[in-house]
Amino acid sequence: MGKMIYLDNAATTRTAPEVVQAMLPYFTEYYGNPSSVYDFAAKGKEAITTAREQIANVLGAKKEEIYFTAGGSESDNWALKATFEAYKAKGNHIITTKIEHHAILHTCEYLEKERGAKITYLDVDENGIVKLEDLEKAITPETILISVMFANNEIGSIQPIREIGMIAKEHGILFHTDAVQAFGQVPIKVDELGIDMLSSSAHKINGPKGIGFLYIRKGIKNRSFVHGGAQERKRRAGTENVPGIVGYGVAAERAERTMEERTAKEIEIRDYMIRRITDEIPYVKVNGDLKRRLPNNINVSFQFIEGESLLLMLDNYGICASSGSACTSGSLDPSHVLLAIGLPHEIAHGSLRMTLSEEITKEDADFTVDKLKEIVQNLRSMSPLYEDFMKKQK
Amino acid sequence: MYSEKVMDHFQHPRNVGEIENASGVGTVGNAKCGDIMRIFLDIDDETHIIRDCKFKTFGCGAAVATSSMATELVIGKTIEEAMKVTNKAVMEALDGLPPVKIHCSLLAEEAIHAALWDYAQKHHITIEGLEKPKSDIHEGEEEEEY
Repeated sequence: MGKMIYLDNAATTRTAPEVVQAMLPYFTEYYGNPSSVYDFAAKGKEAITTAREQIANVLGAKKEEIYFTAGGSESDNWALKATFEAYKAKGNHIITTKIEHHAILHTCEYLEKERGAKITYLDVDENGIVKLEDLEKAITPETILISVMFANNEIGSIQPIREIGMIAKEHGILFHTDAVQAFGQVPIKVDELGIDMLSSSAHKINGPKGIGFLYIRKGIKNRSFVHGGAQERKRRAGTENVPGIVGYGVAAERAERTMEERTAKEIEIRDYMIRRITDEIPYVKVNGDLKRRLPNNINVSFQFIEGESLLLMLDNYGICASSGSACTSGSLDPSHVLLAIGLPHEIAHGSLRMTLSEEITKEDADFTVDKLKEIVQNLRSMSPLYEDFMKKQK
Repeated sequence: MYSEKVMDHFQHPRNVGEIENASGVGTVGNAKCGDIMRIFLDIDDETHIIRDCKFKTFGCGAAVATSSMATELVIGKTIEEAMKVTNKAVMEALDGLPPVKIHCSLLAEEAIHAALWDYAQKHHITIEGLEKPKSDIHEGEEEEEY
């Protein structure tokens, strides 16, 4: 196989060499436990403080408001479960959306089934954007939390976070956002946007895997999620993942520093690829909002073909992408996000997500679209759905 | 995740296409679940030998590979012998499938049976052990909801 073209950066990213370099001393040299008293351990403690500051700066938050976790899923679980526990005396209603990541959806289902929570799952429009009037209507005196993702991981749609923050504030409701896909990709200032809690994960922004954080605005009462030690201001026990935290700090700082140039380049390639695909391949639909969209997200559905076949064929050419088809979701249903934007099952099965990085060139884009054209044609030639469709056309 | 044989049959599927005026055609599965298989058979009316078999499939890698393997397994066989080409036989010939993909091999067996059923109906014959296909789809049926 020749060159690999990695177009699955929403799944995970390459850890940046400068991030790895920053982490390495904390494995072999400064390996002391930050909780220890001797001087040797102080290095790690200082490094954690630095990383916390680096991340807080990106968000315009205070460093005491950043709590390190093992990743986005843990942050989402913590935000929902601990907030529900802390505020259930006030009310038991949580509002979220149908297009959230499963870390939110499955946690909500748990709270509903096991803890007596009432959950409203908001619909989205055909572009995958939450409707603010639906949100307003869903609010009851029992509502304690609104959790809406910043940007969707599958179709890249960016939600009206500022407006949601305002609505939450007006009603005295806490607002959590799962920003796993958005942090470091779009500017986020928690105060300007009225965000009370925010989940993020390092490996989506060229940081290491296994480290994330939950931003919790000062004054919010939610308590410990992992019990044990006094780490993370007694809210999240466990010896700190020092190399991971260091790497996250550097990755966050780097993402902020390179954001403008990087995302401008990604948007150019993204729009170029979308244009070529829609111009040159018939029976294709772009999923998600064309403007309110993550800079690196392309999501298209090709009619009459199935996503996993498409991915396997692309893999032959070294092209890595993903799909919302049932076969790739491990269930019989295609992606809940694609169904929520109103796609019929058979169109959802033919979806392809390509998520760019700064490393993707125009040549890579052209090579990918050229191969895609061949593959789509080839798969359609063996599709009974295409055969039936063409016969009807005649 | 797939065996070499599965990948070979997926990347180089045998007997893709249609047979004009086929002796029997069977389509199973539905687009909602993400798998549709259509099998075309050319059967010698005298000897009941399957002279040719072609397929068209909408589905994942396993669905395409099982279709391809199934066509290879039934070509040259009599109807009676083709009835013995079970999902297990198709799967074994492919050196196995991941557990979540086993339902794809069921589809291949069902598609062959559906095509044989079509042949039997056209010729007013009874094929021992063959039942009316359950999941045979008709055009447009899967679109009803939308």
